[in-house]
Amino acid sequence: MDKQLNGAQIVLQSLQDHGVEHIFGYPGGAVLPIYDEIFQQESIEHILVRHEQGATHAAEGYARSTGKCGVVLVTSGPGATNAVTGLTDALMDSIPMVCITGQVPTHLIGGDAFQEADTVGITRPCTKHNYLVKDINDLARIMHEAFQVATTGRPGPVVVDIPKDIQFALGPYMKPKAVKHKSYQPQIKGDMTAIKQAVELIANAKKPIFYTGGGIINSGPHASQLLRELVKLTGFPITSTLMGLGSYPSADKQWLGMLGMHGTYEANWAMHDCDLMINIGARFDDRITGVLDKFSPNSKKIHVDIDPSSINKNVMVDVAIVGDCAHVLEDMLRVYKSDAVTPDKKALASWWSEIEAWRDRKCLSYKKDAKAIKPQYAVERLYELTKDADTYITTEVGQHQMWAAQYYRFEDPNRWMTSGGLGTMGYGIPAAVGVQVAHPKSLVIDIAGEASVQMTMQEISTAVQYRLPIKIFILNNEYMGMVRQWQELLHGGRYSSSYSEALPDFVKLAEAYGATGIRAETPAELDDAIKRMIDTPGPVIFDCIVTKDENCFPMIPSGAAHNEMLLADSEGLDIEVSEAGKTLV
Amino acid sequence: MSAENQIERHTLSVLVDNEAGVLARVIGLFSGRGYNIDSLTVAEVDEQEHMSRITIVTLGTPPMIEQIKAQLGRLVPVHRVVDLTVECESVERELALVKVTGKGDARVEALRMSEAFRARVVDATPDSFVFEITGNTEKIDAFIGLMKPLGLREVSRTGAAAISRGPEAM
Ligand SMILES: Cc1ncc(C[n+]2csc(CCOP(=O)(O)OP(=O)(O)O)c2C)c(N)n1
Ligand SMILES: [Mg+2]
Repeated sequence: MDKQLNGAQIVLQSLQDHGVEHIFGYPGGAVLPIYDEIFQQESIEHILVRHEQGATHAAEGYARSTGKCGVVLVTSGPGATNAVTGLTDALMDSIPMVCITGQVPTHLIGGDAFQEADTVGITRPCTKHNYLVKDINDLARIMHEAFQVATTGRPGPVVVDIPKDIQFALGPYMKPKAVKHKSYQPQIKGDMTAIKQAVELIANAKKPIFYTGGGIINSGPHASQLLRELVKLTGFPITSTLMGLGSYPSADKQWLGMLGMHGTYEANWAMHDCDLMINIGARFDDRITGVLDKFSPNSKKIHVDIDPSSINKNVMVDVAIVGDCAHVLEDMLRVYKSDAVTPDKKALASWWSEIEAWRDRKCLSYKKDAKAIKPQYAVERLYELTKDADTYITTEVGQHQMWAAQYYRFEDPNRWMTSGGLGTMGYGIPAAVGVQVAHPKSLVIDIAGEASVQMTMQEISTAVQYRLPIKIFILNNEYMGMVRQWQELLHGGRYSSSYSEALPDFVKLAEAYGATGIRAETPAELDDAIKRMIDTPGPVIFDCIVTKDENCFPMIPSGAAHNEMLLADSEGLDIEVSEAGKTLV
Repeated sequence: MSAENQIERHTLSVLVDNEAGVLARVIGLFSGRGYNIDSLTVAEVDEQEHMSRITIVTLGTPPMIEQIKAQLGRLVPVHRVVDLTVECESVERELALVKVTGKGDARVEALRMSEAFRARVVDATPDSFVFEITGNTEKIDAFIGLMKPLGLREVSRTGAAAISRGPEAM
């Protein structure tokens, strides 16, 4: 007979059996039995956050930086509703997460009991899957399934809603087994015929480009290794989405930088003019494609994605390969080698010379300033002073996020944590908490904006409590800079509610939390201040006062195409944005 | 207009685990992603395996229909999705209960029409009939259209149920 445990014990036992070492959570009436079990064991450490949204982002940072599943525990009602933003964020960015929510006892469900919310109803569209456990006999199976669904296929968040009476009830526990799920069976291996077609296109390409995304990161470090091998073998240029940064080393010559709305000139032009696009683990998101009618009009397109619904969703492709990136890359490499493919050297050379001409535009150059710190300069210096350390970067959302993506350079996967799909301000601090929990000895920096950072600032308290020495590097431009930029571009410079008024003194705020505050106001003092930040053993809030009116370039304005992008030296921002473009976000 | 943009009507059969919330997942997918539901029927078809079959009639361009099928396939409790409109020959039936009221000539005409359509009278009073009619959607539309001037009061339709022709099962 299976071991009999109570529901709370089953939860803990299953977490242990899935190798969970840390969970992020916040207690409340409906999860007290589980907290009681946490109290009585030692193998799993619970990190008490200050808001449930923080728990979800911390779990995301933890997951993204380790490849493991992030685990969250929150109470019913407001605990669950506070977790919704992070669940949606994890769904959009394909982050594996299991979120356990407490629920009112089964006999009270539906009666508007205290702290009752229809958690499975609310989270149905923002999870990969969710469960309401109504019978203790199902709990162990559901916990195991939750981990399977969250971590396999296209990863995502899974909610397990457990009524309080179920947490007390006795039921059977069996260990997780590698059983085939009845209906959920993601496709891992790619179709060989399609892979051969892809290699044939690669063999004949004259102006190819690799366009890679977060799928490579999700597939694991091995996928990055295989990608590097294939890119080297072919000699093709490679670009990546925001989510894919680090899967290919940015120091390499074949790397064109990030593509998309704030991507590089060379990456976007190469995407526009290519004759073969090899999309591996990216999803033709609107930040990447710009206006669809004009998206890379003359290319054949190969798309590798583990999620069949990503194929032909926004852009019709010529060769679709459903499968896990690492598996598909491995097969591609094998076919490529056994067919002894030799790329068209002459065509490639002339393609590269076109690319070099775009590169020569030096689209990321900006005017330096002797007196004031330019935000781009701040990120450049931060990069130079931290690149040799074991560094992880998280961000908030806004201009600073784009500058971080452009000016911080990544050589390895899992080093870059940002909210891409949902664009959640307030992601960076809690994500840094999660990363630091997973990598206690590493240097974890949140490149932040002064507005975003106030959304989840209270997690500094979590960092102080658990001695997590995270560094919050605020590019303080006193504006919701990205909003201000759009208002400049599209709304006649009427800066409606985008000025960050009544800002706290971030240095004093840090001190109030028991952290360290550092401020830098001039380029002359910047390097020393950054070094002091790195050398501070505890958490730091770094208030980097930057120029207020800087715009983020290059930029593809809404409704425009890759070859219509604006550069910093374009004639101001007085371009015409089409009426249709104005309605886009 | 190219075929890409042509709105088509497709009948999808979806085999799902008969578990709490599964219908909400399917319907939520359609409303959340802005797809159309023309009709939807659902009932358990395999008691032992707790499987239900959902028949969805939807409207969309061919790429949209492909997307709908892929999105349905992504739902964890969904076992299979079959597009009966393109993947095989199929039969489609719908049942409607149609209440018609009236006296005199109209009443006689309604009854005569119901016979022509092979509808059955399942309830009758001196001044009303309830007809039961089965058939494909067009036939039922036609019958209801004919009843309108003859005292149509109320209609209850099941939506389409559909199955492939021949020996193969989905
Ligand atoms: C939760 C949330 N609310 C609103 C927005 C819209 N938004 C995008 S960027 C931005 C401004 C961010 O300002 P700040 O953090 O100072 O960054 P900056 O752009 O100045 O670098 C806003 C309000 C968002 N992305 N997330
Ligand atoms: Mg700002």
